[in-house]
Amino acid sequence: MTEAIDAEGLIKRFGKVTALDGLDLRVRTGEVHGFLGPNGAGKTTTIRILLGLMRHDGGAVRLLGGNPWSQATQLHRRLAYVPGDVTLWPNLTGGEVIDLLGRLRGGLDPVRKRELLERFELDPRKKGRTYSKGNRQKVALVAALASDVELLILDEPTSGLDPLMEEVFRELILAEKRRGDRTVLLSSHLLAEVEALCDRLTIIRDGRAVETGTLADMRHLTRTSIEADLTGPPDRLATLAGVHDLRIDNGKVRFEVDGDALEPALRSLLEVGVRGLVSRPPTLEELFLRQYQRVGE
Amino acid sequence: MTGTGRLIRLVLRRDRVLLPLWVLVFGLLPVAYYASFEGLFKTEAERLQYASVSVDNAGFVALYGLLKGDSLAALTTWRAGFVPVMIGLAALLTVVRHTRADEEAGRTELVGATVVGWHAQLAAALLTTSAAALAIGLLTFAGMASRTGDLDGSLAFGAELAVSGLMFAAVGAITAQLTSSARSARSLAVVALGVSYTLRVGGDIAALGDGGPSWLSWLSPLGWVTHIFPYEATNWWPVVLSVLCTAAATVVAVELRKRRDVGDGIFATRLGPADGTMGSPLALAWRMHRSLLVGWTVGLSLLGVIFGGVGGSVVELASESRRMNDLFTRLGGGSDQLVNSYFAGIAAIVGLVASCYAVQAALRLRDEETTGHAETMLSTAVSRWAWAASHLLFSVLGPAVALLAEGVVTALVSPDGSFGAIVGAVLVQLPAIWVLTGVTVVLFGLLPRWSPAAWAGPALCLLILLVGSTLQLDQWFLDLSPFTHIPHLPGGEVAATPIVTLLAVAAVLAAAGLLGLRRRNIPD
Repeated sequence: MTEAIDAEGLIKRFGKVTALDGLDLRVRTGEVHGFLGPNGAGKTTTIRILLGLMRHDGGAVRLLGGNPWSQATQLHRRLAYVPGDVTLWPNLTGGEVIDLLGRLRGGLDPVRKRELLERFELDPRKKGRTYSKGNRQKVALVAALASDVELLILDEPTSGLDPLMEEVFRELILAEKRRGDRTVLLSSHLLAEVEALCDRLTIIRDGRAVETGTLADMRHLTRTSIEADLTGPPDRLATLAGVHDLRIDNGKVRFEVDGDALEPALRSLLEVGVRGLVSRPPTLEELFLRQYQRVGE
Repeated sequence: MTGTGRLIRLVLRRDRVLLPLWVLVFGLLPVAYYASFEGLFKTEAERLQYASVSVDNAGFVALYGLLKGDSLAALTTWRAGFVPVMIGLAALLTVVRHTRADEEAGRTELVGATVVGWHAQLAAALLTTSAAALAIGLLTFAGMASRTGDLDGSLAFGAELAVSGLMFAAVGAITAQLTSSARSARSLAVVALGVSYTLRVGGDIAALGDGGPSWLSWLSPLGWVTHIFPYEATNWWPVVLSVLCTAAATVVAVELRKRRDVGDGIFATRLGPADGTMGSPLALAWRMHRSLLVGWTVGLSLLGVIFGGVGGSVVELASESRRMNDLFTRLGGGSDQLVNSYFAGIAAIVGLVASCYAVQAALRLRDEETTGHAETMLSTAVSRWAWAASHLLFSVLGPAVALLAEGVVTALVSPDGSFGAIVGAVLVQLPAIWVLTGVTVVLFGLLPRWSPAAWAGPALCLLILLVGSTLQLDQWFLDLSPFTHIPHLPGGEVAATPIVTLLAVAAVLAAAGLLGLRRRNIPD
């Protein structure tokens, strides 16, 4: 089996509100998949459907080869979930919660648990009600990462962590990635995090996937910024399709170019003669914003 | 104190239904009692006889307090003797809800970051609740004064109810400072109310005999307010005492508030174990329910001590009091009948009390859902069914354990009645209690957002128990309460049909609720 998550045309309505409007999401086994979208785009709803907590109104979904609604209990032995807003039982200690969740999932590695507690600098003896948001998230992360499971579903797992701990989280996910035996679905709105960790990503907006693929694929579809120092006037450049925001200033040109127009644009620069060239690939931010503007139009 | 006004508006906005509701119900209850007595006693002789029988009936004295005088108004104030307990409960719950509960949920921080003074939250909660208590007093005063024409007496009656609210609002304000969890703050305040009630009952029962510790009543705020005796020998001292006590308690609450940070309690939370031993939903449910189970079992056992102790004096009184002997002989029985009807009566009350436990335990499911714990649990290999069953087990068996304890204690303490009959009378209430569990499960499964409405079950049953027979309501209304269908034991006939029917109703309700739960969104 090559796909850990396979959702097609998912529809979910809450009364009159349509939360998911034909969402497609495919996560290959063994990859770290970024699930990107602004607040309210439907990320958490999608995850709740994947976990069998909510039933979808249309479309089809398979999770680890099974039906997430009717086979929830069996499937949950093979996955661990970190909710976006982790709430702990107020009178249970962090350590108790970690062990409880691990056992309920069907097994927890005690050595790994110690290791993770140290990495996250988390005191497991404190009661749930005394933890801050970040520390509650750490409790859920330790429980998930120390569990012996195939699939990790993480819903904005770093939203309460400080930058140091965010870095620890990245290292841990990268280590998982190197081992390659776990699939990770990482919902986030932190673009840098997704950029650093994910093999592929899906961008959703208003309950629909607007883009999916590798970061390289997506970059290809978007514009690259070029700055060039030329020996002559770039006459042909302005007439090329796919060149935008062209500015010519004293032999220096700046422009943005669509992925498929990159080659003709560079050729036309070479015809004139190039003294210096800086090309900058689009950042994920630009990509992200562009996706939203495009759909918003 | 800056911003108190705005916070009061916030409190009123959030409680716009609940607050007026309890103010109206408690404020109008005295007039309703008055009207029902008016209808009940066709002649003066009837009224005098009722008063003379009630004045030394230990069961009545335990429930309502001592009776002084035999006028309609005096009987009304006596009959309303349990209302201060209910007002106290409503007041302390309201204060904790708007102080510690907000703080625990993190809303205080949100509000505290705006232009709001250090004490504004506590002040807003106390002022609103006190105003509600005063409104109850005013309603009572107005209603009773228009009925009786006795301004002084009605004023004292209104003051009795108002100060009950004031005192327990202040008690809630203190317990809200002590622990960092709203649940513990509520429990501590309710325990204070319970101790206060127990002392009052002990003292008043002792006052019926000679040389007993009747001073116990004076250790209890509820004892003070029921010793005002409006319309008869109106005693204003308890009112003064109550107001002073409220002021002192408020000062204590404010001082405690100064000595802690937002989110903390005066009692520090200790560190716990770094590793857990729990590995099943049932183990977790046990952790979450065990203090509740112990609390209810101890509470009901204490009630058992009182009721058992009173049982003894019932028989003693019956043999001493010719009037009561005559009355019961006329009703078709001797002192046996008296003892039986007493134990049947308290079994009904205890059953109703235990049904609150059943509803509370079942509603833990909804608590778990709204806090997000359910989502965490159900994302593991725990089925919805196993999760729900782990909590419902405590709603079903918890009341059974607590009732058994109450029955055994009553039977051991009481010199009369057979052990089996007393325990059986209490345990036979269980089918009715389970129906209320079933109602809660149905709401939770099919209309989850309406789950708290499950409290309407015990509330309606209480209403039917308290006023049903007095107001001579229609039978169909009385039949709404599952407790109406429970055989009156000891002494009554044991019929299998109503018990089997109640069990079937409870099972069908629970099954419908669980099927609904299996099919619905979580969280909803």
